[in-house]
Amino acid sequence: MTPAITAEGMTIRFGSFTAVQDVSFQVGKGELFGFLGPNGSGKTTIIKALCGLLTPTEGTGTILGMDIRKQAAEIRRHVGYMSQKFGLYEDLTVAENLTFYAGVYGIKGTQAEQRTKELLALTGMEPYLRRRVGALSGGWKQRLSLCCAIIHSPQVVFLDEPTAGIDPVARRSLWDLFFQLSGQGVTFFVTTHYMDEAERCGRVGYIYLSKLAAIGTVAELQQLPAANPKGTVRVQIEAPDASVELTRLRSMRGVREATIFGRSIHALVEQHDLEAIRQQLSGASVEPVVPSLEDVFVTLTYEIMKER
Amino acid sequence: MKDLFYGLWPICRKEFTHIRRDPTTLFFTLAVPLMQLFLLGLAVDTNVRQIATAILDESHTPQSRQFVDKLAASDSFHIVAHVDSADKLDSAIRAGKARVGVRIPYDYARRLQEGNTASVLVLMDGSDSSVAGQATNASTGVAMQLSLTQLLGNSPMPVEVRPSVLYNPSTRSANFFIPGLIAVLLQMMVILMVALSLVRERERGTLEQLTMTPVAPLGLMVGKMIPYGVMAFAELCVILAVMRVVFLVPVHGNVLTLLVLSVPFLLTVLGLGLIISTKAQTQAEAFQLAMATILPSVFLSGYIFLIENMPPFFAVLSKLVPTTYYIRILRGVVLRGAGLQDLLLDAMILLVMGCAATGIAAWLFVRQQQHA
Repeated sequence: MTPAITAEGMTIRFGSFTAVQDVSFQVGKGELFGFLGPNGSGKTTIIKALCGLLTPTEGTGTILGMDIRKQAAEIRRHVGYMSQKFGLYEDLTVAENLTFYAGVYGIKGTQAEQRTKELLALTGMEPYLRRRVGALSGGWKQRLSLCCAIIHSPQVVFLDEPTAGIDPVARRSLWDLFFQLSGQGVTFFVTTHYMDEAERCGRVGYIYLSKLAAIGTVAELQQLPAANPKGTVRVQIEAPDASVELTRLRSMRGVREATIFGRSIHALVEQHDLEAIRQQLSGASVEPVVPSLEDVFVTLTYEIMKER
Repeated sequence: MKDLFYGLWPICRKEFTHIRRDPTTLFFTLAVPLMQLFLLGLAVDTNVRQIATAILDESHTPQSRQFVDKLAASDSFHIVAHVDSADKLDSAIRAGKARVGVRIPYDYARRLQEGNTASVLVLMDGSDSSVAGQATNASTGVAMQLSLTQLLGNSPMPVEVRPSVLYNPSTRSANFFIPGLIAVLLQMMVILMVALSLVRERERGTLEQLTMTPVAPLGLMVGKMIPYGVMAFAELCVILAVMRVVFLVPVHGNVLTLLVLSVPFLLTVLGLGLIISTKAQTQAEAFQLAMATILPSVFLSGYIFLIENMPPFFAVLSKLVPTTYYIRILRGVVLRGAGLQDLLLDAMILLVMGCAATGIAAWLFVRQQQHA
C-alpha cells in the first residue's frame, strides 16, 4: 500500500536560514499522525511544502503518490488544510462560507448539497446555517473551519494547531470528529503543542531546531535510548508536598530533570545517585516509571542542545 | 486555460457578498469620490479675471482717465484703490490689497500730444505667475489698442486677429480640469478598494487558507478585479452625469466610446491595486502605498502641468503613468469629440499596462508564497 504522505531528505532554506533540514518520514493511509515541536521549528513550513506551496531546496515528497514538486495543483485538490486562524469569512454566514469553499474546490450542484448535508449532520452545525460566522463561538468556528477544509472529501487533511485557544470540551469533541473521519480512511497530519493530543495520535514526530528528532508510536518513543540516557533512571516521587520537594530535589546531586506531574514529581536521575536521593527524600516513595511523552520530548531537547 | 483562472467565479461571487454585507463601506466608497469632485470641481478655476488693481494717476488729464477707464472696462482688472503716491502704490501691493499697480506719470498727456511715446508703469505681484502673465497681456492689450486709436484716428484697423478656440470655446477651466479630475478620483477609489480587500484577507488569515486550496493566483486576482471593476464603472457613470449636469461640462464625443475606452484604464488601476496588495502586510500600509500612486498621477499625467513643458526626464516618466493616457482619452472624448480610432493607441497602451500589472501581481503573489 502506498503511504499517504512521504517526505524524503527534505531541506528547505530561506536565504541562509535553514527552516527544515533533511527531514524524512512516512504517514500511512488512515493514520492519525501527530507532529510536535516548538514554535518556529519548521512544522508549518513542512506542511506548506507538502501542499506544494513552496518548493523544497533539496529532497522531495509525495501526497497520495503525487510528486509535490510537479503536481502541486493536483495535490491541493486532494488535501484539506485547517489552521488556528480558522480561514473563515466572519461577515458571511455559515452557509455562505460552505458554498464558497465548495466552489473553490470545484464542487457543484447536488454533489455540493449532498456533501454539505453530510458535514452538517456530522458536526451538528445545522441550526447555525444562517448565522454570521463572526457571531459564533470559537468551538463552532473550529467545526465550521473543519467542514470547509474537508468539503471536497480529501483523503489527506493537514491540521495546523487546530485546537489552539479553544476550551477543553470543544477540543475533545473536535478530536472525536478527527477519530471518526480517520476511521473512514482519511489521513490526518496534526501539529499540536498539547501532549494529551499527541498521546491520542497513532504515531508522533518530534521536530526540533529544523530536524526531525524522533518519530514513532508513543510506546516506541518512550523506549527511545535518547529519551532514557545511559546510567539514568526515571522515577516518580510521591511526596505530601510535591512543590516544596521539587525545589529541594533540583538542588540535589545527580538530578538531571525534575518536574511536577499531576500530584507527584517526575525526575531523571543518575543511577548511582539514586540511593542517596532516596535517603534525602526520607518518607517519600520513589518508584521507577515509564517516561511520559512530555518527559521524552524534554529529555530529547536537552540531549540535542548538549550535542550542539 | 481554465486551470489558469481556477476559482475565479467563487471568489468573484464571494466578493460581491462582502460588498453587499457592508452597506456603510459601500456608501463611503461611492460617496467620497463624488464629494471630492464637488469640492475640487468648484474650487479650481485658473481663468484669471478681475485682478485687484491700484491706480496712481499723476497726470490727472482726460487722456490718463481714458486709460484707466479702458483698464476697468476689460474683464481682467478690477480697480480697488486710487492712491496718491508711489510709496502707497508699493505698499498696496506688498499688503496684498492689490495684485497690480498702475502708475501714469505726470507727463503722460503731454508726451501723447507731442507725438512721443508715453509710458505707463505696471507693477505686478509676481508671486502668482498666472496673475502676472494675465496682467501683462491685458495691460499690453489696452496700451496697444489706445496706441492704434491714436495713430489711426477713425480709419479702420489694418490687421485684425480673430481668435476662434475650437475646443472648449469658452476656455472654461472646469471643462479642462474636471475630465482630468475624474481620472485621478477613479484611480484612487479603485486602487484602495482592491488593495484593501486583498490585504484584509491577509490580515485575517483567510488568504493563507486560500493558498492551500486549488485557487490559481490569476483566478484569485481576476476574481477580485471583476467586482471592484464593476463598482468603479458604476461610479464612473455617476461622475460623468454629475460632470455634465452639475458642472455643465459639455461632452462633444460619444459617451459610449468613453465608457468602452475606460475599461482598459480600470484594468490597469485594478492591477496596480493588486500589486500594492502583495507588497502591503497591513491595511494601513496598503493605504499609504495607494496614496503614493496619487502624486505621480496628479503631477506627471498632464492633469495640472502640460507634458509639453516638462523637462525631458519627466516627460518620459509621464509616459509610464497610466493616468496620462486616460486623461488624454477623457479630454479627447469630452472636449474634442474624438472617436474610437483617434484614441485607440492610448487605449491599447493601457490594455497592455493592465495585463502586465495583473500578471506581475500574480507573479509577486506566487513568489511571496515561496518565501513565507
